[in-house]
Amino acid sequence: MNAHLYLWLIPLLPFAGFLINGILGRGLPKWLITTVALLAPLASFCVVLNATVRGLLPIFVDPTGISNLPRVVSLPYLETCPIPWISAGLLHINFSFVLDQLSLVMLLVVTGVGFLIHVYSVGYMGDDKGYARYFSYLNLFLFFMTVLVLAGNALVMFVGWEGVGLASYLLIGFYFQKKSAADAGKKAFIVNRIGDFGFLIGMFLLVANFGTLTFSEIGAKLNATPAWQGGVLTIIALCLMLGAAGKSAQLPLYIWLPDAMEGPTPVSALIHAATMVTAGVYMVARTHVLFDHSPVALGVVATVGAATAIFAATIALVQNDIKRVLAYSTISQLGYMFLGCGVAAYSAAIFHLMTHAFFKALLFLAAGSVIHAIGGEQDLRKMGGLRKKLPLTFAVTTVGVLAIAGIFPFAGFFSKDAILYAAFLQGTNGKILWFVGLLTALLTAFYMFRLWYLTFLGESRSENVHAHECPWSMRGPLVILAVLSVCGGWIGMEHFGAFLAPSVGVLPTETGNWRLELILSVVAVLVAIEGWMIADKFYRRKLTKPAQYAAALPGTYNLLVNKYFVDEFYGAVVVKPLLAISKFFLEWVVDFGILGGAAWLLGGIATFAGAILQRWQSGNLRSYAAWLAAGAAAVLLFLLVPWTTVLASLSAIHLGMAGH
Amino acid sequence: MSSLFTQEVPLSWYLLLSAILFSLGVVGFLIKRNLITVFMSIELMLNGVNLSFVTFAHQWHAVKGQIFVFFVMMVAAAEAAVGLAIIIAVFRARATLAVDRIDRMKL
Repeated sequence: MNAHLYLWLIPLLPFAGFLINGILGRGLPKWLITTVALLAPLASFCVVLNATVRGLLPIFVDPTGISNLPRVVSLPYLETCPIPWISAGLLHINFSFVLDQLSLVMLLVVTGVGFLIHVYSVGYMGDDKGYARYFSYLNLFLFFMTVLVLAGNALVMFVGWEGVGLASYLLIGFYFQKKSAADAGKKAFIVNRIGDFGFLIGMFLLVANFGTLTFSEIGAKLNATPAWQGGVLTIIALCLMLGAAGKSAQLPLYIWLPDAMEGPTPVSALIHAATMVTAGVYMVARTHVLFDHSPVALGVVATVGAATAIFAATIALVQNDIKRVLAYSTISQLGYMFLGCGVAAYSAAIFHLMTHAFFKALLFLAAGSVIHAIGGEQDLRKMGGLRKKLPLTFAVTTVGVLAIAGIFPFAGFFSKDAILYAAFLQGTNGKILWFVGLLTALLTAFYMFRLWYLTFLGESRSENVHAHECPWSMRGPLVILAVLSVCGGWIGMEHFGAFLAPSVGVLPTETGNWRLELILSVVAVLVAIEGWMIADKFYRRKLTKPAQYAAALPGTYNLLVNKYFVDEFYGAVVVKPLLAISKFFLEWVVDFGILGGAAWLLGGIATFAGAILQRWQSGNLRSYAAWLAAGAAAVLLFLLVPWTTVLASLSAIHLGMAGH
Repeated sequence: MSSLFTQEVPLSWYLLLSAILFSLGVVGFLIKRNLITVFMSIELMLNGVNLSFVTFAHQWHAVKGQIFVFFVMMVAAAEAAVGLAIIIAVFRARATLAVDRIDRMKL
């Protein structure tokens, strides 16, 4: 029990990398920048591995005698900064890190996948002028993300939450000379503000109702009062859900994620697919006790998740930018995770989070490899036939596509199946959610195989004939992630759920049985294969069929290509009025009213005072002399009259009058 | 009779005289139009103050007051020299010594 895990090293090492590369990066040689940038996440990954081994030993070696094993800790393991952070009245908040099964899984994903993407970036960003700046931002992101994951209370989590938003902003706008990239960064930041507002209100309500922000204390209080349902808990949970929807790009705040693809592709893989956007799911799982006490909030989470899943999947059907297809697919998969949370299957959601981190990071990195190979082209219509030229990329993309489509035995199959199964067991509403999820699975399989066919099969439509396979630094992470995308699900939902149970509670699947689960799995796989078959018919040979369908349904096609006009809708309803109001305030209230008014007022006072005082300046010597004499008389009067006595007698008269 | 010569003049008489002299100076300074009369009024004020200095010096047997009077006389002499020179210059320029007419100090 006395063993130390040095959790604070996990965020601090990337932060040191950020400081070194951020401050000195311009002057350092490239090999040194690379070394610093890669060592930081690798070292914190090693710290996490050490914590994993020592935290998990008792489970595998000796489930009962924890204290007998040396160098082993029991989870949850708490590490608190000895100096109190905030101490105001009854509210005491410490800067504390907590390691339990949930944060352990997240940390492994964040630092592990994070390190792989750092390695990939060495090859991908090798020729970029902002090499040091890129890696310092990437390290900064890892710092904040690990703070978010390790947080023992909501405020520490909020620090990480805002920090990853900042890193995301900086990396989306990495090519800041490009206006679209700078705009996308701003959009992401501003849309996230709405979610953060919800998170903040939720925290205020937590302080008001629980007097603490520490997750374990809130959980203990709620577990002690099982009858406390709904009411203010629903409001708190919904506020937190708003925050999660902002960060995890759910309806109605998903709009920033597709634009975030303006950033470099490894950034899209790390931040906007594998780690940061899953922070919302993580937060819901972390505060799951609140949601468990509010059926309404759970219903909202499930509905938002299912709606987002199918909504984003339909948009992904017709997108032509390879990264945008993946972006909408990410939104859709995040919807699955929220669906899992909404049916109280938190461990299934975290399971999907993990496998999704593997295969979506893989797909993004493979897409980056394709884009890198054909000179920055991202349009699917200008690809095709790359199978021969990029055999490795083709192979790993195939694995990723099979995994995301949910084909047995790839990773995505297990986690997606677990979520759908948990949803199916939730009564009538659950059946609807299950059906929506199944439909989404069909669409997912279709658009992922569409991407696969358009990129790698058929005839080459690229003008760039010198496509070449990427360097070794990029191939390594691709292969490792491909292996994880195959094997990542083999641990099985049962073991994974049992492992996470101390953190997020047991799965609500005890009413089911293995026959039902098997039938549902088979249905899910058949649906996925059906999606593949449709894509095969559409995109294998001539590309005339999609055009025919598009021509037959012009309204639907237009709606999908224009992403349901949501951006335009927000633009007209929110952005334009806001711009008009702020323009009015700036020009009339602030500029004309406050600034102009102040200038006029000050000028007026000076003019008016001058007009009066100017009379003194008559030029008449005798009037000056008279004022001089009057002044001297006034000074004499002031000095000679015994004011204290006079005032005392005056007040005595006053009091005497009041007395009568 | 002897008491009349042996008895000292009381302090208040000197101070009263000093105040009368000073006030005459002030009034003259304020109401007279001729610049030279104004100038003389200033001298009157200075001497009124001098008298009170000497009075107190005598009363308290302190020599400081008398020294101060010498300073005042010295400054008054210098001021008379400079002041009369200015008055002559003003008269040459404007052909008048009426204070009300000399109002060019106002820009």
